[in-house]
Amino acid sequence: MAEVLVVTSGKGGVGKTTSTAALGAALAQSGQNVVVVDFDVGLRNLDLVMGAERRVVYDLINVANGDVKLQQALIRDKRVDTLYLLAASQTRDKDALSEEGVRRCISELRGRFDWVICDSPAGIERGATLAMRFADLAVVVTNPEVSSVRDSDRIIGLLDSKTMKAASGERMEKLLLLTRYDKIRAGRGDMLSIDDVLEILSIPLLGIIPESEEVLRASNVGAPVTIANAQSAPARAYMDAARRLQGESVPMIIPSTRQTLLTRLFGRRAA
Amino acid sequence: MTIATRHPRHSFRFRGRNFLALVLRPALPVSQWLGELDDWLVRSPGFFNGKPLILDLAGVALERDDIAGLIGDLASRSIRIMGIEGVEAAMLDANLPPLLTGGRTLGAVEVAEAITPAPATADAKPDGKSEDKSAAAPGQAQPATAIAPLPSQSRQLPSLLVDTPVRSGQAVINPDGDVIILGSVASGAEVIAAGSIHVYGTLRGRALAGAYGNESARVFCRRYEAELIAIGESYKAIEDIESELRQKPVQAWLAGGELKIAALDQPEKETGTWRKSS
Repeated sequence: MAEVLVVTSGKGGVGKTTSTAALGAALAQSGQNVVVVDFDVGLRNLDLVMGAERRVVYDLINVANGDVKLQQALIRDKRVDTLYLLAASQTRDKDALSEEGVRRCISELRGRFDWVICDSPAGIERGATLAMRFADLAVVVTNPEVSSVRDSDRIIGLLDSKTMKAASGERMEKLLLLTRYDKIRAGRGDMLSIDDVLEILSIPLLGIIPESEEVLRASNVGAPVTIANAQSAPARAYMDAARRLQGESVPMIIPSTRQTLLTRLFGRRAA
Repeated sequence: MTIATRHPRHSFRFRGRNFLALVLRPALPVSQWLGELDDWLVRSPGFFNGKPLILDLAGVALERDDIAGLIGDLASRSIRIMGIEGVEAAMLDANLPPLLTGGRTLGAVEVAEAITPAPATADAKPDGKSEDKSAAAPGQAQPATAIAPLPSQSRQLPSLLVDTPVRSGQAVINPDGDVIILGSVASGAEVIAAGSIHVYGTLRGRALAGAYGNESARVFCRRYEAELIAIGESYKAIEDIESELRQKPVQAWLAGGELKIAALDQPEKETGTWRKSS
């Protein structure tokens, strides 16, 4: 049974696209059939993070409008062969998406994949509500700072009212992915603590991704961080989150960079 | 409420309000019914002057022209109709009063000739869960059916229980009674109640109790970080409040038109029930 997951946040720049790519890749690396779908029509980025920007021919809008077959628009990852991308259109805007088209496209993807991961645009407008509309599960990406937390709270309210699941009276599962977490700054009180964020948002925690330059490095080379450097702290945190998504119980440890350096050194020696 | 004027906004604020209206229920043949109405008006002249009246046409099947004619006939008797109920929306055009739906009859009372104004208290809920149309049988030439409120003493004010957190951007409004929230009220969320507001989580958003003038309404919360607390027309933003109250369980109430906020564990000191003279 396919699981449709929306990665959303309300606020921009908190790591939705990075998290979509990393979670998608981590699930695919564990053998699952995964497609990551970019809903950020007009401002697409997921193709860049996935390193597939030169291979986009057809996109989500073409499929939603019925111009092409789904098969023609899916881009298979060159590194992990169970990972696919459905890109957004860069030349259109969010109004080009119709709800009926999205519904058809998602239900077709459900038939082909184990996981359909929708990368939501920022904001609470049409693009974001369409991305979450047909999801079974939401991952709310939040940075430990007040504006991001409040926007996430707003999005959680929308998830409880605007999704098909909410409309049919079911409970929409929402999971918190805390990104860009800096242990030292949180210790100094410069950031909200994990407990503060959990208390305000009151949804279960899927994972804590430490702040790391590995994330930037990975997106610059066009690879999800779990593929670019699987030993890095953020990659391990994303892999733990992906295992939790599959129902495994994994203790919540925040991987630290220091350990990573050591493992990287050992990793290099072994290679 | 002055909250809206003290915080100017660019958008309108709409408020729902319940009013009491008399319902006229014509019977066939309409000409005969009008004749009986005339007889009745002779005995109680001016009864309908200035009263809000609804025309219930469920008992008579009239064409659009007949409806317009009937409204004209009533107007010639100085009876003005503010709304029509019991017809298809398509039957009414822009020149006719608007269609009303979901009216609820509360303790129908046949208006005797001596009775003057209908009670002024309003209690007709627009959601209309129960429609009691049996009150006035269409066959009878009954001049008017007044909808009287239930005795206010025995009336149960409906409170609204919310068992989920109230998220930023959401508003919880109970125009009839209390609001009880089991979770937290987020920053940017709003709770409005005619009665009191009880928050068993953290209150970070805005709480407006007694929003329709009930000055005995209170706000209670288990942890106080509210952006704004208002009762009736008085309000306090978080800057106006001593910092030692923040993150504490507090209650807010009106004392002589002034909004007071105090920690819940020291009620004697602040509620004014007892104070040692110094």
